Amino acid sequence: MGRHFSMRLIAGLAIAATLGVASPASSATLRMAWSQDATGLDPHKQTAFSSIRLLELIYEPLVRLDKDLKIVPAIASSWEFSDGGKQLTFKLNPNAKFQDGKPVTPADVKASFERVLDEKTAAAARANFRSIASIETPDQTTVVFKLSQPDVPLLTAMASINAAIVPASEIAAGSVGTKALGSGPFKLEKWDPNSKEVLSANKDWAGGRVGVDGIDISVLPDETAILASLRTKQIDFALLNDPLVATLVPKETNLTLNRTPVLAYHVLQLNASRKPMNELGVRQAISCAIDRQDVLDTASVGEGKVTGPLTMPGYTSDASQLFCYKRDVEKAKKLMADAGYPDGFSATVIAANGEPATAASEAQVIQSQLAEIGVKLDIKMMELNVYVDAWLKGDFDMAVALNGGRADPYSMYNRYWTKAGNLQKVANYIDDTLDGQMQKGREETDPAKRKAIFADFEKHLVEMSPWVWLYTSYSYTAQQKNVQGFIPTPEGSLFGLSKVTVQQ
Amino acid sequence: MSYLTRRLSTFPLVMLGVSVLVFVAIRMVPGDAITAMLGTEAGLLTPAQREALANYFGIDQPIAVQYWHWLLGVFRGDLGISVTYGKPVLGVILERFPLTLQLALMSMCVALLVGLPAGVFAATRNERMSDLGVRIFAMIGQSTPNFVVGLLIIYTLSAGFGILPTMGEFTPLLAHPLRNLGQMILPALTLGFAFAASVTRISRSAMLDVLSDDYVRTARSKGVPKRSVIWRHALPNALIPVVTLSGVEFGYLLGGAVLVEQIYALPGLGRLVLDAILQRDYALVQGCVLFIAFNFMVVNLIVDLVYVALDPRIRLGEGG
Repeated sequence: MGRHFSMRLIAGLAIAATLGVASPASSATLRMAWSQDATGLDPHKQTAFSSIRLLELIYEPLVRLDKDLKIVPAIASSWEFSDGGKQLTFKLNPNAKFQDGKPVTPADVKASFERVLDEKTAAAARANFRSIASIETPDQTTVVFKLSQPDVPLLTAMASINAAIVPASEIAAGSVGTKALGSGPFKLEKWDPNSKEVLSANKDWAGGRVGVDGIDISVLPDETAILASLRTKQIDFALLNDPLVATLVPKETNLTLNRTPVLAYHVLQLNASRKPMNELGVRQAISCAIDRQDVLDTASVGEGKVTGPLTMPGYTSDASQLFCYKRDVEKAKKLMADAGYPDGFSATVIAANGEPATAASEAQVIQSQLAEIGVKLDIKMMELNVYVDAWLKGDFDMAVALNGGRADPYSMYNRYWTKAGNLQKVANYIDDTLDGQMQKGREETDPAKRKAIFADFEKHLVEMSPWVWLYTSYSYTAQQKNVQGFIPTPEGSLFGLSKVTVQQ
Repeated sequence: MSYLTRRLSTFPLVMLGVSVLVFVAIRMVPGDAITAMLGTEAGLLTPAQREALANYFGIDQPIAVQYWHWLLGVFRGDLGISVTYGKPVLGVILERFPLTLQLALMSMCVALLVGLPAGVFAATRNERMSDLGVRIFAMIGQSTPNFVVGLLIIYTLSAGFGILPTMGEFTPLLAHPLRNLGQMILPALTLGFAFAASVTRISRSAMLDVLSDDYVRTARSKGVPKRSVIWRHALPNALIPVVTLSGVEFGYLLGGAVLVEQIYALPGLGRLVLDAILQRDYALVQGCVLFIAFNFMVVNLIVDLVYVALDPRIRLGEGG
């Protein structure tokens, strides 16, 4: 009996050893997993969330947004607008150093912004910095941006990793993007695309002591496998996208789920340049016929909050007060009849496969809700890239989308709802009121007045119903109980990992 | 000209055809490397920015010109540079291939070790309960998608027993054989499960055919022991369809097992191709597809040669 038992024990241990069963954390390296890997290392050119989350650990912008979306110092220790909002001056932190030990100088700042503004760089974020007329570096710690017009949202745009400061020498050598040399809390030691990243703590980081020795990131494409790895303590921290997987985390006693409302919004985009969506009454009818809470409950197991266009704290309003946010099918039918479509019409709605994970379900719920007012929707699911291509061309009747949010309403919506907006062709609707409100909001420096301007903008936008805003969801991270100090942000940033500690 | 040389001489032609197809197909799909990199933010680009990016990705020239440049490179043994990995395509593929080959070999071992005996066993007990049992099991194996099997295994091991092979960081076989096998055994079982089911079904029906042949009856009536009749006289003749099936399956597996690689986070060819397609890494897609096509042709050739070894009556390449 005893012998049998020990044989079984040995066999069990052998199996465990063979399978590479992990023992609990023995060092202070954070083992982490995510399902989508970064697609590149150039902070000025990468726009995908998956890339930005990695680059935020390596590079730093001049300023950063905290968990309440307030602007806080990063490379710059202070800043101020002057000359009626046409000049923005930064004082750099004298301790800021790149990971090769060289200090971050005003010349690096100037070179970085000139790189973003150079069309040959092909930085999509250039659109946010077009008001920069010139950059001056009067001394060793000062950078002055001269603007062609007052541009209050510029400062928020500068908090993006797309405005990261890279060494002027790397720009001259043309090695930005092949070599990751920033001033952030972590150094990139190794990157094997779609497989893994190894980061080590930057001991000289001006932002203070980093809580862990490093981060090992594994790419596990299937989020069920991520959950299984958390369960068996093979990883300490994970990023999750699928609400269905995330909601299973609290059921595990040794795991904690961080659930943070994000700025990105789920929306049904109507193409107001096509019949019959060019009729205000038809668009409003669609808005009135949709039960936003039902879409959220069915497609995303209630994980989120019904929203209007403004999703950033400080600007959000009470969604229930917006036009037709309480479902009213009778009103919708009347609007349809008045617009000349008492029997409804047929249209196609496009959605991307798995992007977001809830896209197909959202389209199906909307399909069934709109059927009640006679709108027959044909759902066309597409591979993400094919979808993006159609979306950019404005080639759709309706589109289910998850669009990114920004901390500032102007930066978030000028691309769609201004006459010169880069994505006017996607928005397909503009009027003088919207354009005027956006311009006023861009120039107004008083926070209370800005808030009022954008509240009017939101009210008008929802009434015109070019799109039907649905809900905002959460970003999820899951961690072992011994991981402490992570602060999530509404932007879904993982910068908070710089202060995380792993208790032994 | 021998059969082998003739077969080998068709390779370049097939490869050329495959290369044209994949070159054109991946460019016909809406969306390009620019939208793959930037997503909807691509809409913020100015025409000059777009031009700079198209030039960077090498998609600013007409398709025919792009193809010609690429083909010249291929003749020099240069499949191009992967924009995702920043490395030569061939190097990236060869890094991934050992894993894919190992996984294919291991799942084939699982399939043959389980499927062949099970099929023979069922055939010798035709229409009895044990035959029915094997057939039901084979039916389940064949109709369950392998990602379901994979997810069930992962869930059962992690939630039920608190164990799971290390995922994310893959250990090559030569670096640490034990750890490598630990990481590969579950994926191989997952893939081998469905593969074994097909082998069971096909070897069962082939055996049934052979067992009713005259020479088997003769052997039996001469008093040859049953075991010997089955394993020495009947089985070799029942193997041809099994070899065909295994060859085709093996060829597919060499192209990577996308779903299983995704679930177990294995850096194999399947995931490489999938990611390359999603990220519109043209050079990598082309290189991978060519490589996979080449492997498939080699496997097919080997299968044909095995036929001859199994049944000397088959004369390859001679009329009919």
